[in-house]
Amino acid sequence: MNASEKNQIENIKNFATNVRKNILDMAVCAGASSAHFGGALSITEIISTLFSHQMKIDRKDPKWEERDRFILSKGHACLAYYAALCEVGYISKEELKTFEKNDTNLLGHPVINRNLGIDFSNGSLGMGLSLGIGVAISSKKKKKDFNVYVIIGDGECNEGSVWEAAMAAPNYNLNNLYAIIDKNNFQQTGSNKEIMNVESLKDKWSSFGWHTVELDGHNIQELYNFFENSKQIQKPKALIANTVKGKGFSFSENNNDWHHSVLTKSFFEKALNELNKK
Amino acid sequence: MIINDRNIKIWSTIGARATLGIAALDLAKDIDNLMVLTCDVSTSAGLDRFRKTYPEKYLDLGIAEQNMIGVAAGLASENFNVITTTFAPFQTMRCCEQIKVNLGYMRQKICMVGIASGLALGTLGFTHCCIEDVGILRSIPGITIISPADSLETVKALEKAVKSDNPSYIRLTGTSNNPIVYKEDYNFEIGKSITLKEGKDITIFSSGSMVYQSLEAAKILGSKNISSTVVNMHTIKPIDKIAIDKACNSKLIVSIEEHNIIGGLGSAIAEYKSGLKNSPEQLFIGIKDTYSKGGSYKFLQEKHRLTPEKIVEDIFKKLKT
Repeated sequence: MNASEKNQIENIKNFATNVRKNILDMAVCAGASSAHFGGALSITEIISTLFSHQMKIDRKDPKWEERDRFILSKGHACLAYYAALCEVGYISKEELKTFEKNDTNLLGHPVINRNLGIDFSNGSLGMGLSLGIGVAISSKKKKKDFNVYVIIGDGECNEGSVWEAAMAAPNYNLNNLYAIIDKNNFQQTGSNKEIMNVESLKDKWSSFGWHTVELDGHNIQELYNFFENSKQIQKPKALIANTVKGKGFSFSENNNDWHHSVLTKSFFEKALNELNKK
Repeated sequence: MIINDRNIKIWSTIGARATLGIAALDLAKDIDNLMVLTCDVSTSAGLDRFRKTYPEKYLDLGIAEQNMIGVAAGLASENFNVITTTFAPFQTMRCCEQIKVNLGYMRQKICMVGIASGLALGTLGFTHCCIEDVGILRSIPGITIISPADSLETVKALEKAVKSDNPSYIRLTGTSNNPIVYKEDYNFEIGKSITLKEGKDITIFSSGSMVYQSLEAAKILGSKNISSTVVNMHTIKPIDKIAIDKACNSKLIVSIEEHNIIGGLGSAIAEYKSGLKNSPEQLFIGIKDTYSKGGSYKFLQEKHRLTPEKIVEDIFKKLKT
């Protein structure tokens, strides 16, 4: 690893730590209205790698025409999205505190707001990849070279519409499209195995014609390498990211009670302590 | 688009959905960023020539309507001007939630065209007929709904909808040999109904295939000393309130639609009319909230009392009560 790469990895790690801090701040502000805590923490390293390193963005202009596009198909994980948008300067710390408050721009699922860097409204599962295909086709038709990154949940892969889109993308040679599947093994009311088995995701995506790689979705080096190594591959890319729901805090890791839960002051303090010790 | 006698006759002969393909070809000449998306129905929607002439503006998503709407919204978000089309039930109901989120909530501007809506595909059964589309889409905020009266109006409605900033749905009814309502060019504006015939006793509002039937019914009524106004309510949403205000001078308002009487044109009129003082009664003519055995288009129009003769019978029955 050269010095520049080491530096980049370190930057992503710091970004991820800040994203977790922002997530805690928003979740505690949400109070009794609860927040989708677990699924945001499982994508923290992924979203941090994208926003701090991989994606081409202009930190001064969220509407920059040449920017890479991002779609959070698992919209309920928006705590991580808003946290990342704050770190790149599109959303202020003050605005983060309005999370789920009346008349906020930051509801519990993203609402299109290009001034804040939110390109689409999401929340109803299974719709993001289709949007991504449309945007990726647009990039080619407009002779631009922006990429499109879509984060999809493993539970979300229960939705048939995900597979309509998965089947379509390779037909259009969309080498500028990335589907990142957050495989945290849980969905709202239990494990995937208990509710709806979504095993062999790598085989499924691969058999649909995607360049598919499976890795540790919290290992920033592995994420970094995946994006570096897949640039020249002329197919849409699927990343099966093995993650831990609630990652980062002892009380929430692999504990599905934290799918959508109230972060009390005491849990907030505990979490902050754990984060500061790392 | 050249509008002359010859073209009006050709479009009528081939019907509204084949006319759609011709209209799209014409629009593609002027609109650089036009995209037409279908779900394995290019032939049914008259788009084979379009597909060959403008392959770069054409995208077939296969038999996957939910994905079609999502892809359309992705393109629209990047400023492409998108038309989507497939058979009406699949264009509106199979992908209903995608329409809600992408066209309604997110306001991505897409023009959807539902082909062979109403009873036209009666021999194929009610999986392929569509008597629910207007009711369902009317409940999604912000979507313009147009039901053209004939093939010429299909051409005009498509152009206006594609050039408008609002998401829209164009409901195509009828088959080939579509009766001609408009024999020459005229002014078409979204949301502004067109009074085709003035009369003093009753007002008939209709849309789509029922406009011609209403004019025929009005002739029979005239011969029986009932004078009727016939209004082509081509835009069902937003509904033309001024036309309804005016109709309140009539003894009776009649709504005629090739759609369930719940949720469609009749309901849209009644929703507005219920807030007016001293408005007349309304007779709802349409499909009476039921699925029936199938059969030819003509057979089903008879069965559901949507022919001029049956319409007249029902109006007389109402006037006598």
